[in-house]
Amino acid sequence: MRNAFIDELVTLAQAHDHIALIVGDLGYNVIEPFADRFPDRFVNAGVAEQNMTGLAAGMASEGYHVFTYSIANFPTFRCAEQIRNDVDHHRLPVTVVAVGGGVSYGALGYSHHAVQDYALMRSMPNMVIAAPGDPMETRACLRWLVANPGPSYLRLGKAGEPQFHDAVPDVAPGRWVSVRDGGQADVMLSTGGALGAAIGRADGRAVWSLPLWGMAAKPLQPDQIARHGSVTTLEDHLADGGFGSWLTEAVAGTPAAACIRPIALSAEICDMVAGQSTLNRVGGLTL
Amino acid sequence: MNDTDFIAAAPQDTRLLAQRIRCQALRMVTRAKASHIGSALSITDIMAVLYGGALRVSATTPDHPDRDRFILSKGHACVAVYAALAETGFIDRTLLDSYGTDGSMLMAHISHKVPGSEFSTGALGHGLPFGTGKALAAKRRGMGWRTVVLTSDGEWGEGSNWEAALFAAHHGLDNLLCILDYNKLQSLRSVDETLRLEPLHSKFAAFGWAVREVDGHDHDALAQAMTGAAWDPGKPMMLIAHTTKGKGVSFMENKVEWHYRNPTPQLLEAALAEIEGEGREAQVHA
Repeated sequence: MRNAFIDELVTLAQAHDHIALIVGDLGYNVIEPFADRFPDRFVNAGVAEQNMTGLAAGMASEGYHVFTYSIANFPTFRCAEQIRNDVDHHRLPVTVVAVGGGVSYGALGYSHHAVQDYALMRSMPNMVIAAPGDPMETRACLRWLVANPGPSYLRLGKAGEPQFHDAVPDVAPGRWVSVRDGGQADVMLSTGGALGAAIGRADGRAVWSLPLWGMAAKPLQPDQIARHGSVTTLEDHLADGGFGSWLTEAVAGTPAAACIRPIALSAEICDMVAGQSTLNRVGGLTL
Repeated sequence: MNDTDFIAAAPQDTRLLAQRIRCQALRMVTRAKASHIGSALSITDIMAVLYGGALRVSATTPDHPDRDRFILSKGHACVAVYAALAETGFIDRTLLDSYGTDGSMLMAHISHKVPGSEFSTGALGHGLPFGTGKALAAKRRGMGWRTVVLTSDGEWGEGSNWEAALFAAHHGLDNLLCILDYNKLQSLRSVDETLRLEPLHSKFAAFGWAVREVDGHDHDALAQAMTGAAWDPGKPMMLIAHTTKGKGVSFMENKVEWHYRNPTPQLLEAALAEIEGEGREAQVHA
């Protein structure tokens, strides 16, 4: 997913000279294709994420679309106020990129896991959350974000994630993307890195992915849910403040609210050291 | 974007401008029953010198791409900026009457929705990183305009400012001016008693900044220090402005309580009489 990101970003940066990349001293062996090709649009801000984010907002206010790049908590929670005040409130085209969504950094530990990031980002009124489920969705999300500049959050896995789409799908905020055909009465809906888990647990059910969402995409959800008897949501994130609760809020007070069955990581994995597959299994995401 | 050549506003009598800004700021705070008047009076002379000619800005083309960018990082002192914008024609003076009232665009921390205002602040430690991004953008694109950020002294307790200070020096952003309003009082006690900054001059010099110190109420010294000619090539410029909190109103000067208090109508009249009296004296001596 990381490599699809940088490959697509380089392609987009060739066509758009306002795309810039700022890294927080991370991205060895990933970001070089951009840095080498566009040195005047690349910055290593050092180990200083708050400044990286304020800096990105300042550059964005002068016409750049800035991508800030680091691991999990560092470009997100570390600079939550800069994202809230400088980026989201000013509606500036800054895409906060977190590599290592969910527990993809496995045994590196809790500091390197992104399991509350949706909760933070979805509380910002103008923020579009881009949580692609495979490399093809990564390319689709990036193209959409560049074509629709604004405050956004791009949550990537690490590297080597399986590819589930044969081609780059069409995406738009709030629109479910079909991944696997199947029975439509009860369906699986995942976001981000939980797509593999959704396919693994589908058992004949149809699987959908929702790679682009956020506060503004809530109104589209009731109609989509109404087409199905039940919707099982999957996410590599804690249940509180996450994707399942976002969907539940979107239909709160309607009969559809009772149709949502959320599956998320249990909080016990926050105190565990283990690889990604073990954490996802112990946390209840995979069987 | 505006493609016409940029024409900066004509210089103004900055002492008269400062007097008007002081009076407007006092009226706004009193009417809205808002606070932070001490912090606004502290930067009034700096604002007058900036908007009286040091900043290349123009009320007729407030969004011109070639303008200088000014960012108030100590957002709680916004009445000084709103008054400066009104007294130099960016916004209508009558708009000041709405300050702090329901539905007004003039909220009690600076808002980017106000014409001529670049950036909303209120949380401290945001202005310098943002301004550094603007300065970097200008450098990378070969633009000649400057970015000016006004910070408070207590705000240098924020780590984000020191991150930006490292970054600006490392990248040689000599198109960036940071003015530090060194009134030496925070919201509860003095800076020295809260989180000491000294030795401030040598700290910034060691960080790789060009550093100048001025009396923050001396208009000639401020104007001279704000011109690019006084700056060092390849270094961002830190202007440590020694100021007095509550400057211009004897019973507010150097009093911590005026960080939070708002004047009564009687105290407002006393303050205005004092400032207008000084203004008349200044005109006689000029």
